[in-house]
Amino acid sequence: MTNKDKIIIRNMNLYYGDFKALNNINMNIKEKKITAIIGPSGCGKSTLLKSLNRMNDLIEGLKIEGEILLDGENIYKEDFDVNLLRKRVGMVFQRPNPFPMSIYDNIAYGPRLHGIRDKKKLDEIVERSLRLAAIWDEVKDNLKKNALRISGGQQQRICIARALAIEPEVLLMDEPTSALDPISTAKIEELIQELKKNYTIVIVTHNMQQAARVSDYTAFMLRGELVEYGETEQIFSVPKDQRTEDYITGRFG
Amino acid sequence: MRSQFDKELELLNEQLIEMGNLIESSIKAAVSALKEQNVELAKRVLESDDQVDDMEKEIEERCLKLLLRHQPVAKDLRLISSALKMITDMERIGDQAADISEITIMMAGKPYIKDIVHIPQMADIAIKMVKYSIDSFVKKDIELIKKVVLMDDEVDDLFDIIKNELVEIVRENIEHKEQAIDLLMIAKYFERIGDHAQNIAEWVYYAITGEHYVY
Repeated sequence: MTNKDKIIIRNMNLYYGDFKALNNINMNIKEKKITAIIGPSGCGKSTLLKSLNRMNDLIEGLKIEGEILLDGENIYKEDFDVNLLRKRVGMVFQRPNPFPMSIYDNIAYGPRLHGIRDKKKLDEIVERSLRLAAIWDEVKDNLKKNALRISGGQQQRICIARALAIEPEVLLMDEPTSALDPISTAKIEELIQELKKNYTIVIVTHNMQQAARVSDYTAFMLRGELVEYGETEQIFSVPKDQRTEDYITGRFG
Repeated sequence: MRSQFDKELELLNEQLIEMGNLIESSIKAAVSALKEQNVELAKRVLESDDQVDDMEKEIEERCLKLLLRHQPVAKDLRLISSALKMITDMERIGDQAADISEITIMMAGKPYIKDIVHIPQMADIAIKMVKYSIDSFVKKDIELIKKVVLMDDEVDDLFDIIKNELVEIVRENIEHKEQAIDLLMIAKYFERIGDHAQNIAEWVYYAITGEHYVY
């Protein structure tokens, strides 16, 4: 088991124009562990997640101070290759968003973009990714089917497979199960556990029980600040900060 | 939802205090019955044990319901899981008060072989331990918990003294063997009551601090 810091966030501030959305975040994200970020709506958790692969870059008036180090290298330094960053740090969103094309093409999309043309190689990647996302058996006979015509839970696993196809190191998940039924949710949660063997996973979730179930570490954010960050069992049994206690026990606000 | 949950937690709190009071008066009665060789009182202790058992089941049910419905975390989780452990110790204390009373009933009619000073002394401490452990829960008072832990050493020491005394008594007059064994068992029950009171106090400590008590 590795205990290396995959991502180090250092003195990070993020502004949307005049609004300071993140305030002096310091956080080390462990390699091949699952880190959950929880907090009320508007606390900055999705903003923080998105800044880990610079998905916020195009937002007007965005200003970032401080550093985010991926394997020791600041992803916000001027000459950092953003395309390479997004290959290394993949993302899965709240609502399943498969492309309106076949299951196969969804998975092959990224690898093709990165220049892989060989049919046999692509077949391999598609099968491996779908297996990793625990959906191969369900779709292997229907790879030509439009990805929009399968269930929401299956679509979300297609999206995870699509993210895995480009072999990222880190997987960011923004409330990946909030639009899914309990059975699909259980499948994704199981999958997340499986994936941590090879990937560093950061998951934003509104579902506190989910954070308690799946994650190794939990971060609690409030009004742009990282209030408390620690091992999940500690956060949910003996939180140190009264604000964490109030939030997770539902006494908040 | 939270306010409903708070109400339920308050009820749980009240029930724990009630059960604590019940076992406290059980032991007190058991001790009086023993001192005075009062068979009627001893019988009442035996009867009240059913009430303790019922309370244990009731509280257990409430805790399981709370776990199921609210999936508590943090302080709430610690309170409910501690409550589940505490009631087991409380129920055992109730049993032991009943066990003492059973022996009291058997020994009634025969005068005690000696003035058993150390047993009431032990009983007094054990009663205090139970009282303090319950009070520590009610008042969330860590100092009381520490007292309970220290008192357990006194109880253990007294048990050794009583044991030696009884050995001496039997050595002097073998006729006394039966009552000596009965008294030894009573002393052992008080020693166990002390242990259970200490367990309760330690669970209260966990509920308050989130840490296990270290000596």
